[in-house]
Amino acid sequence: MKASSQTSLLVVLASLAAGALFQGCTTVQPWERGNLADYTMRADRDQLNISMTEHIYFSREASSGGRGVGGGGCGCN
Amino acid sequence: MGMNYKHEVSIVMSSDRYQVSNSWTKLAAVGAALALAFPVARAAETLTPGTPFPALAEAGLEGELPDLGDARVVVVDFWASWCGPCKASFPVYDDLQTKFGDDGLVVVAVSVDKDVAAMEKFIARMAPKFTVMRDAQQQLVKTAAVPTMPTSFVIDRRGVVRFVHVGFHGETSRREYEEEIKALLEEPS
Repeated sequence: MKASSQTSLLVVLASLAAGALFQGCTTVQPWERGNLADYTMRADRDQLNISMTEHIYFSREASSGGRGVGGGGCGCN
Repeated sequence: MGMNYKHEVSIVMSSDRYQVSNSWTKLAAVGAALALAFPVARAAETLTPGTPFPALAEAGLEGELPDLGDARVVVVDFWASWCGPCKASFPVYDDLQTKFGDDGLVVVAVSVDKDVAAMEKFIARMAPKFTVMRDAQQQLVKTAAVPTMPTSFVIDRRGVVRFVHVGFHGETSRREYEEEIKALLEEPS
């Protein structure tokens, strides 16, 4: 019974700690999105980075043609 | 394996231990849910047609507010320099102000920009013909609780919100604004 009480206490404490931590999960309001809308936040801002990432992606995926084109999957890129 | 699992659960359920931990777990789950729900619960409701709009003069806005005593229709638009549709909306507000300004329309565009330089650059580029102010503390926009950027409120002469525009949709929005403004201007005083 003692062991089970300790377990329960741990569960309660862990839940409360999680609750306290999750207070950070607040909603970013529409008028607070200035930083998110900044150009530097865009995933597609660097063309060279995109082409290299895409190359690695479709090479590892072994799907010739990458995302855009249907391919054979020879893995020889 | 599925059968064994069910069997195991039924054994645990029949023991005291499960009952104790179950009630504690439930309590903790409720506590955690309340803690999680708290930030969400603070979100205010968007001003809807029929509700009075907060007094602009008392909203602590930066910029010069024109005299709204003679205004028969006021359009309050919340915008930001980083918002694409806001940029598209400015020429339409220019046209509306030019077209209906003499009849008693006042367009007040309230910027929610934190970055003053970005706002000023935007204004310099767009050269609006209507009033532009800044909600530096983002208090008015919080009260209005706009669901997206831009959002505008068409307010009648009694200070009551009559129409709400969520987002800007080009010519559709222009047509709607014109119809609404005309209708409000025709209302007897």
